[in-house]
Amino acid sequence: MLQKLLLCVATTLALPAIALDGEILIHDPSTVTVHAGRYYTYGTGNGLPILTSDDGWTWRRAGSLMSALPDGKPGAAVLARGGNNTWAPDVIHIGDKFFLYYSAPAAQPRSAIGLLVGRTLDPASADYHWEDAGPVVWSDGIEDSNAIDPGVLLDPEGRLWLTYGSYFGYIRLVELDPKTGQRRYPDRAPLNVAINSEASIPIYHDGWYYLLVTHGSCCQGANSTYNIRMGRSRKVTGPYLDNMGIDMIEGGGKLFAGSRGRHVGPGHFGLLDLGQGVQKFSLHYEADLDRGGVSVLDIRPLLWRDGWPVAGDNLVAGTYVIESARTGTVLELAVQGLPVGGFRQRRPGPNGPPPEPQAGPPVADQEPTQVSTQWPAATDVRLAPAMLQAQQKWMITPVANAGGYPGSPFFRIMVAGTERSLTANAGGELTAVAFSGAPEQLWRIDQLADGSYRIAPKSIPAEAAALVLSAVGSSMPTLAKFDPASDRQRWRLGAP
Amino acid sequence: MRHGLAFFLLCIAGSWSFAQSEPAAPRRPAPSLTQPKGATSPVDARGFIHRWLVLEPVPVAGRLTEAAVQEALQLAALPDVEHALPHDGDVATVNGTALTWHAVDTANYNVNLFHFAWALSKPTSNVLFWVVTTVDSPREMSAVRLAIGSNAASRWWLNGEPVIALNDDRQSVIDDGVSKRLTLRKGRNVIRAAIINGGGATDFCARFLDEHDQPIQGLTASLTVPTETRAASGKD
Repeated sequence: MLQKLLLCVATTLALPAIALDGEILIHDPSTVTVHAGRYYTYGTGNGLPILTSDDGWTWRRAGSLMSALPDGKPGAAVLARGGNNTWAPDVIHIGDKFFLYYSAPAAQPRSAIGLLVGRTLDPASADYHWEDAGPVVWSDGIEDSNAIDPGVLLDPEGRLWLTYGSYFGYIRLVELDPKTGQRRYPDRAPLNVAINSEASIPIYHDGWYYLLVTHGSCCQGANSTYNIRMGRSRKVTGPYLDNMGIDMIEGGGKLFAGSRGRHVGPGHFGLLDLGQGVQKFSLHYEADLDRGGVSVLDIRPLLWRDGWPVAGDNLVAGTYVIESARTGTVLELAVQGLPVGGFRQRRPGPNGPPPEPQAGPPVADQEPTQVSTQWPAATDVRLAPAMLQAQQKWMITPVANAGGYPGSPFFRIMVAGTERSLTANAGGELTAVAFSGAPEQLWRIDQLADGSYRIAPKSIPAEAAALVLSAVGSSMPTLAKFDPASDRQRWRLGAP
Repeated sequence: MRHGLAFFLLCIAGSWSFAQSEPAAPRRPAPSLTQPKGATSPVDARGFIHRWLVLEPVPVAGRLTEAAVQEALQLAALPDVEHALPHDGDVATVNGTALTWHAVDTANYNVNLFHFAWALSKPTSNVLFWVVTTVDSPREMSAVRLAIGSNAASRWWLNGEPVIALNDDRQSVIDDGVSKRLTLRKGRNVIRAAIINGGGATDFCARFLDEHDQPIQGLTASLTVPTETRAASGKD
């Protein structure tokens, strides 16, 4: 029994989640930002190294940001308040401008946060240019502040906010002018909102402001204790209380993400809102054990539960049932199913009521080889009550070298033990046929805020619109435009 | 609980055999079904079609797998009704048995076939019901879907093309079986279906959905047949 259980676990969790692909070494990444269809993030290091990606899955190093400045380093005013280091930036797009805030520490806690203003993130663009806009906030080395790790938020009212700070003193909040990126009230003292943390950033969701910070120690590889914590407030100015009512300015903080699996030390939260209710977050791990324990970038789903953000996990390869949130029925090949273990009926016979049931040995799982000999090579797909049958078990596996989307590669979705793969057809309907690697057989699987999944083909033949897997009826799946407010296009993936 | 239901249903089926040997007594009409009045019946606010021709049930094995449904359809094969729509009171010979078509309007979103058959002193278990109607569309509509619920298995054709197939024991659920995207002709469209019941309750419902999965209104159902078609069929 134990062996069976272990086999089941191994089958379902065949591969661990992997942190992106390509050149993803980075520390203290800025919030991943989408511009002109390309993804960008900047990290700590000489000149603020740039990572960019065409799809959010495969990344490459693209030089450093400071190389676009005349001297290749912070301007004189920044150097006067801080030092000639370039750490932990954050970037925000407002109107036709990008404001990039970066840490310029000297001997900590003396440091400044500098501002660069540009109109594009694309280094290949003719408009690519960063203007040094000087320091925005700083710490003198004595006060209870270490002016590093900027995090910015444009709130729903169009007001721009900056939090910053590290373990020396407080996390501080100042308001910025969204037209210039400079402090809106430079004569006002910054507001202290948290302590015992760094990598702070505020976000807004459904009437609440959340302050995400990183606790623990960094920069020690797998010995780092970095973890992301949070509090929330009805006002951006706080107080930010955790789930136990402890103010973050007194050390409170509900855990958002800790070390798991092969990744040690998550830190530097950044919200990546892809629209239509699909939110993700960028972060780095202090140590990716699958890459020799170096610090790497990752993007993960952002979920919401009971008024708090929850760190989702990118889908891992495994065998799943795909259940419609609308109908509760599951995706299956349109073939005649057979009951697991064969036919048994508890019905009265010709001579009276049925015999009392007697327990027997365990009934083996249904394997496709037992039942698939009569299945056609290509079939429709449909929805049906979950019956644990072979035509309802889908093996979802990443497809190598086929690209991906923020956080994940494209997946192949095939009935386990067969070659029948979910395929989007012209006209927006579905079949299951042998896998060819065509775009209509590559699937993007985004986890939504409630933990369910949106499942979409990379593309559909002769169809320009982006369509996703949809339950149009209890027994009928199709492809349709995504409606974030509907359960039609929400799917639950679970162990069969 | 499920066993209890199955046992109950078998008891009903068993009692039917007993009832067959009793002298036929008049039975009350199906409470939700009436003789159609007027030439046409608009679909309701939720798009459900209320006017149908229903053939008295054809005895079949009552099993509901894909193969069993195919066997039942062969056993209960009908003449071509797409081009020669039957008329209320017409008699069709199916598998050697003369059965009568009945025109009905349902007061509900669904058509209760159990009540229909019971009122006629006909079997309700292990049977196949043929149903047919025509739906008139004011214009050609593309990317629409026929959406049905049936207790139990069913097969559906639109203008002669198979569009929905449901197997297995199932309850009638609105929008259970939904066709792929199809085109509704301007003017007359013929819907034909076979509903196969093993035991117990049996019913169906049907409507059309638009490209946004919303019910289509403005359609009308009728059972009238163009004169030239009826003349060709020799039924007048």
